[in-house]
Amino acid sequence: MTEQSRLADRESVIQVKKMNKWYGDFHVLTDIDLDVKQGERIVICGPSGSGKSTLIRCLNRLEEHQEGDITVNGIELGDNVKNIEVIRKDVCMVFQHFNLFPHLTVLDNLTLAPMFVLKQPKREAEATAMKFLERVKIAEQANKYPGQLSGGQQQRVAIARSLCMNPKVMLFDEPTSALDPEMIKEVLDVMIELAQEGMTMLCVTHEMGFAKQVADRVIFMDAGQIVEENEPHEFFNNPQNDRTKLFLSQILGH
Amino acid sequence: MTTVANQRVQPVSGTTASRSWRWMRENLFSSPFNTIITLFCIFVIWNILEVILSWAVINASFGASKEACEVAAGACWAYVHAMYRFLLFGTYPAAEHWRPVIAMIMLTSGMLLSMNRRFWSPWLAVAWIVGFIAVYFVLAGGILGLTPVRTSQWGGLTLTLVLAVVGIAFAAPLALLLALGRRSEMPLIKVICIVVIEVFRGVPLISVLFMASVMFPLFLPTGVSIDVLLRAQIGIIIFQAAYLAEVFRGGMQAIPKGQYEAADSLGLNYWQKTFKIILPQALRLVIPPTMSTFISLFKDTSLVVIIGLFDLLAATRAAVNDPAWRQEFIEAYVFIAIIYFCFCFFMSRYSNYLDNDLKKSTSH
Repeated sequence: MTEQSRLADRESVIQVKKMNKWYGDFHVLTDIDLDVKQGERIVICGPSGSGKSTLIRCLNRLEEHQEGDITVNGIELGDNVKNIEVIRKDVCMVFQHFNLFPHLTVLDNLTLAPMFVLKQPKREAEATAMKFLERVKIAEQANKYPGQLSGGQQQRVAIARSLCMNPKVMLFDEPTSALDPEMIKEVLDVMIELAQEGMTMLCVTHEMGFAKQVADRVIFMDAGQIVEENEPHEFFNNPQNDRTKLFLSQILGH
Repeated sequence: MTTVANQRVQPVSGTTASRSWRWMRENLFSSPFNTIITLFCIFVIWNILEVILSWAVINASFGASKEACEVAAGACWAYVHAMYRFLLFGTYPAAEHWRPVIAMIMLTSGMLLSMNRRFWSPWLAVAWIVGFIAVYFVLAGGILGLTPVRTSQWGGLTLTLVLAVVGIAFAAPLALLLALGRRSEMPLIKVICIVVIEVFRGVPLISVLFMASVMFPLFLPTGVSIDVLLRAQIGIIIFQAAYLAEVFRGGMQAIPKGQYEAADSLGLNYWQKTFKIILPQALRLVIPPTMSTFISLFKDTSLVVIIGLFDLLAATRAAVNDPAWRQEFIEAYVFIAIIYFCFCFFMSRYSNYLDNDLKKSTSH
């Protein structure tokens, strides 16, 4: 389709080859192969415990993988601390529980990393921060503390905090799972807007509406393996694997 | 304050007297049983107060003369009056007593200024180091025409304050390093920190001081000697740092994993993550036990008496044994108990204030 051709000649931002990971004896991820093109929007879904969060957490080294290669922007992700630091500047993550810094104001949450990691002057970092706070429609809360905001507002601040690093890739780890239902939409709207602007996104989520609307590719994982991947129309209407069918019937059935 | 609080609870009516009468009726005499308890408590409190008052005030002698004391049945405050310089300055040469006064003013005002959050910056550490050097020269002399005074002549409250303030100022950063080291992933650093913490927590302060005073010189080459006050001070610092390190470590462990992950995912390096994200939150959590450690450090300085240093408590004990006076030990001990209490109570109140102040600024 047109979406696929849009990405055909793009460069790969993330390449994962034959990646394996164990927790002790437990084989969490098995032979993961993944190629993420620049500007590609990928939604990863699967039953809980299938390793989808672990997979994206390996991509910025919050988790170590034991076998296989991960390359981000052509840089090998391994034990080399310098490489990890370089990659983390480009790959930002939005967490299920927001993980804002509670002792800092919203504005300071946004400017901290740009000032200390990217060495931006304070004035510039604050200007950028206000720009992104306006984009997530929360600029008036800049001087409040995270504890004074609602869950949806906190998650939008967390997204803005990532954007301030001007990342090449954004990882979303179940960004709406900890939110009250009425707040999910405000966060999804921000994510949809980001997707439409061409941000490279990997998103672990159960929001299938979001997947249908913006994903270039949906990946289904089960028991630590990528079971099936396809563009959303095919994925939802014509799933191939039995496990995928079962999963889709469970989450779309009601 | 109470009237304001009362006004909020109930509408204003009547005079202060009638309102307090109503308060008493509602809270102290609301039932026969409560009335009995109230009367019993008044009886007990009155008996205790009477003993204290008759000793400290009614039967006490306030004159400066020793003779008046001989006849007075109660406290002899002339004794404290005669001895207070000795309690404050120990054996410091009498003509130079203005110097320990200046030193104490510098130390306490330094503490007071440091309590204000507005002054919290790296410059504060620099100011403290400069301040300590200044205090040292004020007391030790030898420059600017000041008469040299050996550290063995420092004493009384002056010595207690020096030991406590220097102890707190150096124990805290050392404790921080030990706590970070113990959580480090580098095996050598981790082992060293665990050994230091466990060894110093595992022995009494008295034995640390004793080793610093008696054993330590045996390891030095002949001709080299380190001042006994300095040795005791280092002993106190390491001992309290070992305790404090575990307090700090506990605080760091209480910080959720997500905070570390958020800092990591933003590309902050170890030191940025530690000093900007983890420690500000961890130290906030452990303000009460930290202050507790400081308070016990303050009181534990009195143990230096066993290695011949002459702190506030040791000076008091010496003063009590002065044969020129009858055995007036209670007055002297009451006097220094008040001094100790003022410092410790103040630290405790400050801890509460800081705790609430920081909470207020970040909560709902």
